[in-house]
Amino acid sequence: MDSWTFGWTLALIGMTGTMLVLWILSLLILLLKKIFPYQPEESAAKKG
Amino acid sequence: MESALVSGLQGLFLGVLSLRPEHVIMILIGSLLLYLGIKKGYEPLLLVPIGFGAILVNIPLAEMMGKDGFLRFFYDTGVLTEVFPLLIFIGIGAMTDFQPLLENPKIILLGAAGQFGIFLTLLLALALGFEKLDAVAVAVIGACDGPTAIYVSSKFAPHMLGAVSVAAYSYMSLVPLIQPPIMRVLTTEKERQIVMGVAKRQPISKTTKIVFPIAVTIFASILAPKGAPLIGTVMLGNLLRESGCVDRLKSASENEITNMVTLLLGLCIGATMEADKFLKAQTLLVLALGFVAISLDTAVGILFGKVMCVLTGGKINPLIGAAGISAFPMSARVVQAEGQKYNKKSYLLMHAMSANAGGQIGSVIAAAVMLSVLQGMGIVGG
Repeated sequence: MDSWTFGWTLALIGMTGTMLVLWILSLLILLLKKIFPYQPEESAAKKG
Repeated sequence: MESALVSGLQGLFLGVLSLRPEHVIMILIGSLLLYLGIKKGYEPLLLVPIGFGAILVNIPLAEMMGKDGFLRFFYDTGVLTEVFPLLIFIGIGAMTDFQPLLENPKIILLGAAGQFGIFLTLLLALALGFEKLDAVAVAVIGACDGPTAIYVSSKFAPHMLGAVSVAAYSYMSLVPLIQPPIMRVLTTEKERQIVMGVAKRQPISKTTKIVFPIAVTIFASILAPKGAPLIGTVMLGNLLRESGCVDRLKSASENEITNMVTLLLGLCIGATMEADKFLKAQTLLVLALGFVAISLDTAVGILFGKVMCVLTGGKINPLIGAAGISAFPMSARVVQAEGQKYNKKSYLLMHAMSANAGGQIGSVIAAAVMLSVLQGMGIVGG
């Protein structure tokens, strides 16, 4: 594989892949926040 | 007796007689790194051992990196095996609070845009004639993340480890000088004045904080398996922090382990700066490309911030895009300072911290994606 094919392939898949994985992680965070919502008792427990 | 005396004196002066101009230049470069670390405070934790290692390895006949050399042992066991940067990642994970990111997850995309400099620099490096894997090692300076740069370059281009590491740590410490001019060029005064409002602290449940590192490890490692060591170690450190039940391990990770490994890693990086390997035109190119990489990260981050600004009807200040790099929390502070210059009522810090935390994960994910793509292309082994 020549350098340019290598470079453009890695750059395009790399940028798209990084964006895609981080977007999935942002959805994962939203999901976690939905499944495990903050309970006000936690703050009471912290104070206690 | 006379000949023994002469031989003894010869032995004593052998080092002086073997001293060549390139040794002197490298000792001066090592001293410069010490000066920058000690006097100027540029990443002293790394630059001091790197500078000292560079001096040690350029002492003629000392053979610190020889077959049985003192530094060779640490280099072979810690750097060539990639163990040192991974241990540091555990410490980084233990020190990192992902709360700002958990509060505002969509900002993580700025952390992705902030890594694009890596891939654009890769193209530049290839255009300048670097070999494929050497170009990857140079480009990863754009991760703006020392351990990631060290991990990737020790894996693919160990002969460039010294130059890549020095560039990565030097430019990370120069972020407050590098970023502001780029911010001013790429944004209008009106954009810089956008008030994003005081970010309300959103409480995040303890369970979310504990499950987050586990879930990220599983999902991200399945998507980019070659990056599992990078992702896994950062997230292990973060799990130690958030679990709240292993304070001793957390404390050891962020203190004893990180401190000891930082010292040895710094010395080993310095030890790769032998005159015949470092004093090459290629080193200057690496330093220049490192600067370009971090500048491109900043530029693409800001441009992505501008896109988000348009998409949200002007609710996002594009300046926070500059914080989508891994230099945490330095870059977020730069954004806050720059925003305040143009609007005293603008408080961008918390928003920039979210982007900055995204940049920390982003740099590791970008490297992981890169490693997996390289494996898929058959450039590196499985």
